[in-house]
Amino acid sequence: MPEALLSVRDLRVNFQISPAGAWPWTPKKDLKAVGGVSFELYPGETLGVVGESGCGKSTLARGILGLIPASSGEIVWLGKTLSGGSARDWHAARRDIQMIFQDPLASLDPRMTIARIIGEPLKVHRPELGNDEVLLRVKAMMKKVGLREEMINRYPHEFSGGQCQRIGIARALILEPKLIICDEPVSALDVSIQAQIINLLKSLQQEMGLALIFIAHDLAVVKHISDRILVMYLGREMELAEKHALYAQPAHPYTRALLSAIPVPDPALERKKEVRLLQGDIPSPINPPSGCVFRTRCPEAQARCAEEVPAWRTLDNGTRCACHFAG
Amino acid sequence: MLLKNKQKMLGDALLAAGIDALPVEGRSPWRDARERFFRNKAAVVSLALLLLIALACIFGPMLLPHSFDDTDWDAMALPPTLNNWHLFGTDELGRDLLVRALMGGRISLMVGLLATIASVAIGIAWGATAGFIGGRVDTLMMRLVDMMYAVPYLLIAILMVTILGRDFYLVVLTITVFSWMDMARVVRGQTLAIKSKEYIEAAHAIGVSTPAIIFRHIVPNLLGIVVIYTTVTVPGVILTESVLSFLGLGVQEPMTSWGVLIEEGTGVMETTPWMLLFPGLLLSVTLYCANYIGDGMRDALDPKDR
Repeated sequence: MPEALLSVRDLRVNFQISPAGAWPWTPKKDLKAVGGVSFELYPGETLGVVGESGCGKSTLARGILGLIPASSGEIVWLGKTLSGGSARDWHAARRDIQMIFQDPLASLDPRMTIARIIGEPLKVHRPELGNDEVLLRVKAMMKKVGLREEMINRYPHEFSGGQCQRIGIARALILEPKLIICDEPVSALDVSIQAQIINLLKSLQQEMGLALIFIAHDLAVVKHISDRILVMYLGREMELAEKHALYAQPAHPYTRALLSAIPVPDPALERKKEVRLLQGDIPSPINPPSGCVFRTRCPEAQARCAEEVPAWRTLDNGTRCACHFAG
Repeated sequence: MLLKNKQKMLGDALLAAGIDALPVEGRSPWRDARERFFRNKAAVVSLALLLLIALACIFGPMLLPHSFDDTDWDAMALPPTLNNWHLFGTDELGRDLLVRALMGGRISLMVGLLATIASVAIGIAWGATAGFIGGRVDTLMMRLVDMMYAVPYLLIAILMVTILGRDFYLVVLTITVFSWMDMARVVRGQTLAIKSKEYIEAAHAIGVSTPAIIFRHIVPNLLGIVVIYTTVTVPGVILTESVLSFLGLGVQEPMTSWGVLIEEGTGVMETTPWMLLFPGLLLSVTLYCANYIGDGMRDALDPKDR
């Protein structure tokens, strides 16, 4: 195994919130958005992160980038611990870790031309480059992501969603980073554009040897691009597995439920398919269930699940899973 | 507009044919807004009218044969006439009303301009600071604004004039002190909204420093609402000056302002109605124009209308 690019060790992110109708002196409650997530990411690899809305995927992404301070846990980038580290270490790491956002238009400053938007990371991290050099690189990058060079002086509102996302990708790539965190980069786009953007990301990844953390809320999109997939529920890890292992032998009941919800593009099979609908809603992350957080909706839950937090253990096929009955 | 569309179509056709066109000039949000503003007829007419009034106030008194405090003994309380250039008539002391109205306009517009600039500057600084810092500082600063709203400004104005005496700059000061809070609130709200926008988060993720984020990303996006709100502040300020003058707290005789003229006019409106009519007309036209311009700006700069 090569050296890990990024190790996340027991990352926790809590938000302090005041309960509804609270007085100013009422003690604030902890909302555990991310409750202890650990994984390693290797160079050139794609890690897919899936889970329902509100399960802490985006918070995890922002925690890794340090946009939201982590409550505890470690983020190790190339052997250097960033969490709790100096601002300079973070600044240096941000040159290598970039992010692509969910809403393509909202992530671009409406009062900047795209030349300035794409060139901004260069201005921040490579101030020694002259304006001509920056422009040259911006143009080269635009070509790479499939934007016509003559659009360089336009403003974000003049572009379609897919084009805006290409601009966002160009901005993320211009520093030639080692890791890009994609926070649901395609969920705001049309299906046909989704495929374009995912293929673009994939080909750029091969070309530049990027590692990707790809966040999405459906497994079908993630299947196409990921090497390994992390399944999250209520801020906790449920399962982390190689893509093929996850789709062939899902170890966790939650993964099985998610997989059964993927539509099959064959009416005959789709009709026969058994969909394991989960009962109820996600419990509140302020008051998570005792033991296994998934037990309230788990079709296989037993008495033990309420008492004991399932260990994060490695199964025989290398899959890691947090369920008492897996394997 | 039509020509531009044609140009654009030509450019697209060239691109479709695989011919490399020159870089397309981006249409900046500001240029878009300008074009939308100039398509709004009411706003353009208002702008022209306001400019006309301003120019007349600046140059009119120099060109007309009368001085604002000279008495024409042969023409007291004269109705409007072409004779001897008394186009707006004269008051009971025989002073030419047109020149007096224009001189009053100088004062009113000047007060409007100065007090607006001052209150806008204070409002932006106050609101942006509160918005950026947030938390306790924000709460404290905005509660202070709330307290300012609760202070009865006329009472304070009367007190200030009584203690410090009548002065042009005192009027400006009084008005400024009581008109910056709206701007502060608007700017704070907008700053809060922009602060949570995704492109600010994107800038953080890139590693842009906090001052750079403020000046490169937040301030340019604040300007739209500031411009709009400024045009709304101007008429409010002019009106406040008129109110103060009407109550006799403004400029001193023989100097005058629209508020003073209207106050004099109401006293004698049964005998010499033109003394009320013309200054009143000038003031209302100015206020309407400023409001229409503000409306036009708001529509032009509203990104949802794109």
